[in-house]
Amino acid sequence: MDRMHKTVCALATPPGAGGIAVVRVSGPEAYPIVSKVFVPLHRQKSVLEARGYTALFGHYTLRGAEMDETVALFFRAPHSYTGEDVIELSVHGGTAMADGLLEALLLAGAEPAAPGEFTRRALEHGRMSLTQAEAVMEVISANGRQGAALAKSALDGRLAKRIGGIQTALQSVNAHLTAWVDYPEEDVPELSDAQFTAALQQQKAELDSLISGYGAGAVLRRGVDCVLLGRPNVGKSTLLNLLAGFDRAIVTPVAGTTRDIVEQAVQLGDIRLNLFDTAGVRELGADGDAIEAEGIRRSWKKLEEAGLVLAVFDAAQPLTDADLEIARRCQGRPALAVLNKQDLADSTDAAKAQLQPYFKQVITLCARDAASLQPLTAAVAALLGTAQLDPNAAQLCSARQLAAATRARDALTEAICAKQNGFGLDAAAVCLTDALQALCDLTGEDASDRTIDEVFEKFCVGK
Amino acid sequence: MDILGTYDVIVVGAGHAGIEAAHAAAVLGAKTAVFTLSLDFIGNMPCNPSIGGTAKGHLVREVDALGGLMGIAADATFLQSRMLNRGKGPAVHSLRVQTDRKRYHIWMKHALELTPNLDIHQAEVVAADIQDGQIRGIVTQLGGYYACKALVIATGTSLGGRIFVGEAHYDSGPDGTHAATALTQSLVAQGFTLRRFKTGTPARVHRRSIDFSKLERQPGDPDSELQPFSFLTRTPMHNKVDCYIAYTNPQMHRIILENLHRSPLYGGDIQGVGPRYCPSIEDKVVRFKEKERHPIFVEPCGEDTEEMYLQGLSSSLPECVQNEMYRAIRGFENLEIMRPAYAIEYDCVDPTTLKPTLESKVAAGVYGAGQFNGTSGYEEAAAQGLLAGLNAARHALGKTELVLARHTSYLGTLVDDLVTKGVMDPYRMMTSRSEYRLSLRQDNADERLTPIGREFGLVDDARWAAFCRDREIKQQELKRLETTHVKMADLRALAPADAELGESGGTALELLRRPAVSYAMITQLIGAGEGITPAMAQRIETEIRYAGYIAREERIIRDIRRHEGVAIPEDFDYAPLEMLTLEAREKLQKIRPRNLAQAGRIPGVSPSDLAQLSLILLKANRTQNGETL
Repeated sequence: MDRMHKTVCALATPPGAGGIAVVRVSGPEAYPIVSKVFVPLHRQKSVLEARGYTALFGHYTLRGAEMDETVALFFRAPHSYTGEDVIELSVHGGTAMADGLLEALLLAGAEPAAPGEFTRRALEHGRMSLTQAEAVMEVISANGRQGAALAKSALDGRLAKRIGGIQTALQSVNAHLTAWVDYPEEDVPELSDAQFTAALQQQKAELDSLISGYGAGAVLRRGVDCVLLGRPNVGKSTLLNLLAGFDRAIVTPVAGTTRDIVEQAVQLGDIRLNLFDTAGVRELGADGDAIEAEGIRRSWKKLEEAGLVLAVFDAAQPLTDADLEIARRCQGRPALAVLNKQDLADSTDAAKAQLQPYFKQVITLCARDAASLQPLTAAVAALLGTAQLDPNAAQLCSARQLAAATRARDALTEAICAKQNGFGLDAAAVCLTDALQALCDLTGEDASDRTIDEVFEKFCVGK
Repeated sequence: MDILGTYDVIVVGAGHAGIEAAHAAAVLGAKTAVFTLSLDFIGNMPCNPSIGGTAKGHLVREVDALGGLMGIAADATFLQSRMLNRGKGPAVHSLRVQTDRKRYHIWMKHALELTPNLDIHQAEVVAADIQDGQIRGIVTQLGGYYACKALVIATGTSLGGRIFVGEAHYDSGPDGTHAATALTQSLVAQGFTLRRFKTGTPARVHRRSIDFSKLERQPGDPDSELQPFSFLTRTPMHNKVDCYIAYTNPQMHRIILENLHRSPLYGGDIQGVGPRYCPSIEDKVVRFKEKERHPIFVEPCGEDTEEMYLQGLSSSLPECVQNEMYRAIRGFENLEIMRPAYAIEYDCVDPTTLKPTLESKVAAGVYGAGQFNGTSGYEEAAAQGLLAGLNAARHALGKTELVLARHTSYLGTLVDDLVTKGVMDPYRMMTSRSEYRLSLRQDNADERLTPIGREFGLVDDARWAAFCRDREIKQQELKRLETTHVKMADLRALAPADAELGESGGTALELLRRPAVSYAMITQLIGAGEGITPAMAQRIETEIRYAGYIAREERIIRDIRRHEGVAIPEDFDYAPLEMLTLEAREKLQKIRPRNLAQAGRIPGVSPSDLAQLSLILLKANRTQNGETL
């Protein structure tokens, strides 16, 4: 579809763990949209005034929260990959930060790019020769087929049913309005304001729950980047091995043997954890070894990006300043305190009380004991909200679906507002039609045909 | 064969579609002839004696804005006028009038007689002479041959018409006219895909046999509030008659159910597909068993007749059953039926074989309009007739033809639905068929379409001058509202105590955005606008108050326009495009969309098919322009 007047965004680097992730924003509104999301370090700099072929350093924000460090590269039309205004935003690798950035851009008014859309725009703006384009077309068509198959499989089954339920309910309100409006002389009962608003509120709540379930649903589908954090020798690697089920990291009693971040995907209950065991965090003396210092810096970095932090503490020893520093850094993050070596401790109450203010939850366990997996699984599920998700209820499973559901929800909100603000039903009906159209974009149906079919099925109207 | 005439445009049929087609073609300067089975049935209303209604009223305004006749004729011959949906918001206000059926016919016949460049012939057209895929002329029943460059087929229910009343059935057009059976064979032989549709009409009864004291009276709007259809009508209007409402009852339903086996609809004699929107009383009773009563509207057919029309009671049951069931209705105990109800089957074309200009893809220069295209309703017919006649004339004169996009009009929406999606049953215009209800109001049809009508040669100098004057008055008034300040205290003094007027005063324009503030209140404070009519006042109020919602629609319209800018060549071959699904290729090959937007509306063409297509088109265009790879 020709959507060249729209501003689109997508991850331009391969998804998953990598050094950096680049999100590309292209289209006429690229600069205004990015200016809402990206905050330059030097406040006097302005995205709107940034010239082509320049860069700015800063961070991006999501729902008001400061997120990852971000480098913005600016391109001005026509001197860009697509030939449009383009901004490329680089954040740290892994899915969490890039997803957050995409979400922020969608909220700011960008739309998710279709497969191959950047290339198509490049072609359409004459930035690419036809030979190049032909090669790209192969890829696009492969993506397209795959994408179509994927979209269809996502829409088969439970999600289709859940969205279908919302559609049916809204369709029925719309059909009622249509019959009432198009057949004013027939005795079609009038839909009262209260009925209209109640029906819309109910479906809006349903959409709200779908939208808010998106994050947790994404965790279930894609897993979550999880950081193991803690002072040396508190038992991080033991915990990792407990999770992984074999000796993946070398566990020795000498502090600092795990300098590199170890990556390991493990299944914890319903959730896949992409585990990063970090170098032990400890205070460095003047003779602190440089490699270790680098490892520690990376640990802090990783902490900020992770979707889940497991902070490990030694229950057998009093908490140190370093422990408390870790705890402080975990505050406000999706972090779980794990008081390890429970078997060696006399009492964990004091430590628990000290940690509680910084963590969503504190659990005690013994990482050497395989039975510890169960309370850990439960605690993680509760923390990530997956425990609250009805496993039988379908979830939105792509940014595209999220965008469509959000559009539908916002249109319903507007419909309810229109009615409350004293506008005629026709204004509300336009918003309702828009909501239906958004849902039909998901399912590929024709909203107006469905409504008309229902009018004739349910209402006895005719001249 | 005797060559009796040579024309640019020939129109077959002088019903509501044929009239507008013939008039439009002649106004464009094409030498035009219209053929009708009977001069006494020009502009006949074989069904309800009314014009307008929801969405249909919009179409009448659009016909008028483009320079057509229907609105002026309806204003000249109306008996009672009502603006429907008054309480439901300006987007769905719809004008509907009861019309004097005979006087409407006489008005239209005279209007055609007075149209320069237009010949009127009473004759049955029995064959279309098509050679090498191009229309050459037509042959009449008397053996006369008339040559033409373009042909508009607007045959209504006369083409292959067959009437059913109970076990009786016979070839016939409506109201005792004869059926045109020969033309069907000629068209089929030329490769047209025809199908059978069905419609029906209720009985006409004698006024004196109705006990009106048992019915509800339904008066028109107060004379002071009456609005005309035509943007040119400026004279005061007044209602002449009342209508009445009666109701069916369980006893009557029982009579219908007991005799259902005698209905040709249920007995299987009728093959044609009936309109869902216009069910017969048999259909209503069978499908909605739980409903204890259905309303019936009793409408006078004219001032010079005692005939009354019973809206809501169309039927194909035998005459004796009709007598019994009608008389079971309260107030109809002694009913005298003058014309029994009947069902009628007729031939029509598959509209997906038409282009958005309404020209057939089968034969160049052949256009379709009205029931022939699978629609139903006088207003739908008139609107298509105007477009078909306009394009037939432009075809004959070698000029660019007009395609109306969906976002311009209900007419554009109707035609796009027809040629893109096709129809399963007779198509009726409904407000819900348009995505742009707030923008496509009946009150602003002139702003939407008169400039287009002017550009394509239909709008004459007088209409254009009136339009320009109105436009200027409106702009002046908007400017005045924007620059005049109103104090909140003054406003509060006028409004009810509990009205939510907002915090502070502001320009009149700003205040009008608040739902509790009306244009009438504002003019009480700042004086009436110069030259502002009540209709214009309403339009201004609507546009200011709904500005936010209208802007929302306009954003969507802008999106669509981009897609409409990507043209697809008419001879584009979809067969080798393996990256599209087979279903998409077949549909595209058949419908032959004009642009990407239309392609996207074809059922079975997915967004990913569309994305592929857009790339392919781009490549094709580049190659054509001789760019190197």
